[in-house]
Amino acid sequence: MRFDINEIRGLFPVLHQEVHGRPLIYFDNAATTQKPIGVIEALTNYYELDNSNIHRGAHTLADRATRYYEATRDAVRDFIKAKESAEIIFTKGTTESINLVAKTFGKKFIGKDDEILISTMEHHSNIVPWQMLCEEKGANLKVIPISDEGEIIWEEFENLLSPRTKLVSIVHASNALGTINPVEKMIEAAHAVGAKVLLDGAQSTSHLEIDVQGLDCDFLVFSAHKLYGPTGLGVLYGKRELLEAMPPFLGGGEMIKEVTFEKTTYNEIPFKFEAGTPNIADVIAFKEALAFINSLGKSQIKKHEDELLAYANELTKDIKGFIPVGTASNKVSVLSFTINGMHPFDVGQMLDARGIAVRTGHHCTQPLMQRFGIEGTVRASFAVYNTKTEIENLAEGIAKIARIKNK
Amino acid sequence: MSSITGIQDEIVSEFDILGDDRESTIFYIMELGGNLPDFPAAEQKDENLIKGCQSKVWLIANEENGKVRYLADSNTDITKGLISLLIRVLDNRTPEEILSADLNFIERIGMGNLIGSQRSNGLAAMIKQMKLYALAFQTKLNA
Ligand SMILES: Cc1ncc(COP(=O)(O)O)c(C=O)c1O
Repeated sequence: MRFDINEIRGLFPVLHQEVHGRPLIYFDNAATTQKPIGVIEALTNYYELDNSNIHRGAHTLADRATRYYEATRDAVRDFIKAKESAEIIFTKGTTESINLVAKTFGKKFIGKDDEILISTMEHHSNIVPWQMLCEEKGANLKVIPISDEGEIIWEEFENLLSPRTKLVSIVHASNALGTINPVEKMIEAAHAVGAKVLLDGAQSTSHLEIDVQGLDCDFLVFSAHKLYGPTGLGVLYGKRELLEAMPPFLGGGEMIKEVTFEKTTYNEIPFKFEAGTPNIADVIAFKEALAFINSLGKSQIKKHEDELLAYANELTKDIKGFIPVGTASNKVSVLSFTINGMHPFDVGQMLDARGIAVRTGHHCTQPLMQRFGIEGTVRASFAVYNTKTEIENLAEGIAKIARIKNK
Repeated sequence: MSSITGIQDEIVSEFDILGDDRESTIFYIMELGGNLPDFPAAEQKDENLIKGCQSKVWLIANEENGKVRYLADSNTDITKGLISLLIRVLDNRTPEEILSADLNFIERIGMGNLIGSQRSNGLAAMIKQMKLYALAFQTKLNA
């Protein structure tokens, strides 16, 4: 599909509404993106025409639902260039995917005095599961420091790597700053000391071309709802040999091969990790979100978002009192900032009065906020359907608000 | 000094003048925050924090000639503005007046829609704490 912003916007019903008498400007895309009509229709179609439990019934509807469900798995495989569909596991989201790895990979492969490496800019969902695991196992959580620009300090990372490092769990693109981490180099360095690498792709998969085989990451986790797909659905990619070696996560239906009261044998991957009736409708609809992204291509999407970010930087840089937070050279489309003398919550509320939706607060990255000595930021995050006019409106709003305290 | 009802009517008509322009209304609330009397820095401690507010709110109260005197502060300007409205209505009144006050100006202004649910919850928590202070002084004065 040719990149036509009006055509793209036409695919997103939610964008066409007023908030407080002004056209909605949706800049909270890092929290969740809006859904194209294809996704919404797929959800309705599923419930109207195909609803059935999968992988069990011998009847036509069950067969159809199963095929559609598995077709999304194949689409995800292609989307991240995995070797095979069996390496794609559906979860509730990034958070559950990370917890799954912590509870299963962690259970088997992390021991006393082992080390897990994360960075200062992790989302709480890539901190807390590892803290819980470390506490249970007597392992240690180490944190890679970052610079004032919000970039990983490479020498510090290298210094922290050692044969004790069993896992490096790192955010690919930061939700609070937008920083894109140099994950290729990091994966190589981690593998050199024998550590496995988990990439938190919650913020990268919608913007960047992802090739798990090229990257050679051991795990990749992400959420459908940040990728123009439905909420309550996520993905865990893992290399086959790891997934096979890991014990199951939840016990129940679907994940078994045979159950007797004496012993249960587990199903093959991916089913071993998908106990119970899964989120069938959302999985099926997610395929349409991927189709939407593919129809444009990540390079066109990224180019558009980069232009928006550059324009936003340009329009805000001379506003008195405007303080950008996270100025890495390589970023996804996140503009995080504070305004001198003002609380982010107030700024967010005033932007809302102009119909502009932004996120304010710590963005589930409290340690990162502590690193910058702030309570939180205002975050405007841009997606494929945002426009330059919207950016102008944002900059105008910021300038007006900043003037209150910065004359 | 006007009655609690009178002051509430005043506030409502001030907001009426601002009309439907949401941005100006919020700017106005922030401005009101600037009128709050200084809050003693030493009292900005956790035990004076009101639970249930997303932004931080510190509130203290004293009794003066049978009337309750409030001092409050916040780390956000909009919240300061909201506090200033509450103080304008409830400060320097007897515990009985405060306890029986029906704070209908909040609904009449359409404050809930204006400030959103998080801040509305915070506002409710502030009112509750102000009334709790009044109750405590009432009990003390009647003892
Ligand atoms: C970088 C990052 N990691 C993890 C998450 C958690 O994702 P979810 O809430 O969809 O599980 C988010 C979402 O806010 C995120 O931005």
